[in-house]
Amino acid sequence: MPKQIAIEINGKAVQVAEGTSVAAAILSTGQMVFRSSITGEPRGPICGMGICFECRVTIDGRPQCRSCQIPVRPGMMVATT
Amino acid sequence: MMAPPINDAGHPDVLVVGAGPAGLAAAVTARESGAQVVLVDDNPAAGGQIWRGGERAHTESRAARWFARFQGAGIRFLANSQVIAGVAASRTLLVEAPRGSLEIRFRSLILATGSRELFLPFPGWTLPGVMGAGGLQALVESGLPLKGKRVVVAGSGPLLLAVGANLRKAGAEVVLIAEQAPRATVARFALGLLARPSKLAQAAAFRLALAAIPYRHGCWIETAQGAGRLERVRIRQGRRIWTERCDYAAVAYGLYPNTELAALLGCRLDGVAVAVDEQQRSSLHYVYCAGECTGIGGAELSLLEGRIAGYSATGQPDRAKRLFGKRNQARRFASRLNAAFVLRGELRALPQADTLVCRCEDVAFAALKRSSSFRAAKLHTRCGMGPCQGRVCGPATEFLFGWKTDSIRPPLFPVCARSLVPDRSLSEDELTSV
Repeated sequence: MPKQIAIEINGKAVQVAEGTSVAAAILSTGQMVFRSSITGEPRGPICGMGICFECRVTIDGRPQCRSCQIPVRPGMMVATT
Repeated sequence: MMAPPINDAGHPDVLVVGAGPAGLAAAVTARESGAQVVLVDDNPAAGGQIWRGGERAHTESRAARWFARFQGAGIRFLANSQVIAGVAASRTLLVEAPRGSLEIRFRSLILATGSRELFLPFPGWTLPGVMGAGGLQALVESGLPLKGKRVVVAGSGPLLLAVGANLRKAGAEVVLIAEQAPRATVARFALGLLARPSKLAQAAAFRLALAAIPYRHGCWIETAQGAGRLERVRIRQGRRIWTERCDYAAVAYGLYPNTELAALLGCRLDGVAVAVDEQQRSSLHYVYCAGECTGIGGAELSLLEGRIAGYSATGQPDRAKRLFGKRNQARRFASRLNAAFVLRGELRALPQADTLVCRCEDVAFAALKRSSSFRAAKLHTRCGMGPCQGRVCGPATEFLFGWKTDSIRPPLFPVCARSLVPDRSLSEDELTSV
């Protein structure tokens, strides 16, 4: 069993396997909406490889992070919008 | 082999961009030929999209062989880093790395920037849960559990079968695989596989893994529906229309070469791909290109092109030449495959007036229809001006309206203003020596 990493998604504690991307961690909690488009539509990832920018979330206070390209780190605080 | 110390300011003989099969093969070949090599990739691990997750995730023999050669080679690997600009004349790329941006100079540059999925707009395609086929697979390989989730796989090409098989292995209930190409052309292509036993075995293995999953030809998703997220898709096959309930739709209509960096540097394009000569050299004599940025052709072709580029970039045209036969054979196979899965005209009729085409700036189909070119659409509607910089809507509008995306400008990706002014050199400790 891979090592489990503890992170927070929208203030809720979540355990995911080491090596998991932030995007996969968010989806695994059942949260499909990552951000709001400029006209207020709900959006989630489509490309999974850092191209589309639909999976942007705030990580440790830093906005506009592409969550599909960033592996989880212990204690990470993730916020969708 | 030990990695030699990087020279004064960290500038390698050969700089390789992209660590998928083509980039890995190019970097390993150049390094084994004695060159100092720096390999840059925007992902956390080497492997590109096809071998995403690196050697831990991909143990099939071909991937394992290349990862093993890569591990021992003495290549300097800069992960999580993307090229944001470059000046061909001074042989310099500006790279945004986790510790900030830096300039890397090179003698020869090998671009192995790969491809992305081609997404076509249809009503509801912006709903969370609608993803690329490779996109959903990439998320699964990055740790997304799919147990008990209903997935519809749709689009075109053999990737759909591979994705369907992998998603099922990951525990998903794959409801349907919808291939837009008609049965006759797919069957003709499959017959052609008889001459290629390895490909035939691969195809047979996928079919076996998919045994109970309906695989329909001439079939596509017309609309995706749901309140705030995907709940169901409406499918068409001929005159028959029906609805499938699903949690995810994995939809891709093929692949599209990533040529932005090559175009920015001034390499000539041939259609949608970078133009290269037999030695994989671009129109700039010190820039080589390998893999899917030169045309969609799969991992086998990418590896061959990468090896050729690695030899060419280190002044060994004769060793490169020995691989031409195999490469040209792989290219012929690729062009047969691409011809078999050509996109049908009905897909152009899917977007409705209010269907968004540019997802960054939320520009609808109706607004774009009034424009005469991608450039005009950018000026009038902001289509293609958002963070993805036209990487999604550019190829879509090319399919829908025949537009060309012809204005590549730095930075290639949105970056912090700070990153535009590099204030440091590459340091030993930020490189993974492999």
